Amino acid sequence: MRPDSWNFPLLLHIVGAAVMFGAVAAAVVSTLVADRVAEPDFMRRLAFRSLLFVGLPAYIVMRIGAQWLYSKGFDDLPEDPAWLSIGWIVADLGLVVFVIALILAGIASWKRKSGLGKAAGLLGALLLVAMVVAVWAMGAKPD
Amino acid sequence: MSLNDWILALHLLSAVALVAAEVMFTVMITGLWRSDSPTKVASTMPLARLGVLFVMIGIAGTVIFGVWLAISREEYQLWDGWIIAALVLWALGGFLGQKSGEAYQAGGELGAKLAAEGTTSSPELAETFGASRAFWLHTATLVVVVLIIVDMIWKPGA
Repeated sequence: MRPDSWNFPLLLHIVGAAVMFGAVAAAVVSTLVADRVAEPDFMRRLAFRSLLFVGLPAYIVMRIGAQWLYSKGFDDLPEDPAWLSIGWIVADLGLVVFVIALILAGIASWKRKSGLGKAAGLLGALLLVAMVVAVWAMGAKPD
Repeated sequence: MSLNDWILALHLLSAVALVAAEVMFTVMITGLWRSDSPTKVASTMPLARLGVLFVMIGIAGTVIFGVWLAISREEYQLWDGWIIAALVLWALGGFLGQKSGEAYQAGGELGAKLAAEGTTSSPELAETFGASRAFWLHTATLVVVVLIIVDMIWKPGA
């Protein structure tokens, strides 16, 4: 059983990650189908807003929860366990990918650029795969 | 890694799929807020379809792997209060989500039909994608999902 003091930061971490996953998934679908629907501009705008107003705050909440949990004894370990290292890599590299996707989605929405929208969608899809690996690592905790 | 570790990972992934689906529906609903445009409604249907897929994965995965864990791990029993509470909330969330989904699906089908006919505006769509019964059912579903996560983390009585 984990200490009760871990519960709230864990709630922030899990909810933040899950909400971010949903926001990125919404953006991926919206950008990748934009050229095949009647309202491509609306879909690209929806993708950008999903990343900016839902995904970004959710990432911050997820990351605050992670750091808070880490400060509760994990930072005293001589070396991070593998599952934790996977989490850090996905969170840190994922932020870079996320920000690039956000910028591309923003430009695609503003300038009506289909190609940039698709690039944002593909980066988002890559991020979703990495997040699945991270969630698996958090649950299965590989050595 | 033990089998239980894998089951816990699959349980978590299912929970993420469920929350992600609710987020996707929320993005769609807020994006279409009070929209009377059939083409906009019809354009978001691929988003709704992926959301429904995530709901199916989330609903099935959370309960199958969750019950599996409750049976296989010695420290938990299926009749623990927090597990019973989670199952009741899961059923309630499923019911509310289904009712909300049915109403929005009807709106989506109407939007697609009107868009195909060339209709540019529909007050009925604006009503469905505003503060409708479907919207309040969706909001109630979100509340239940949050309560399930709180119950899973705090495990009251465990």
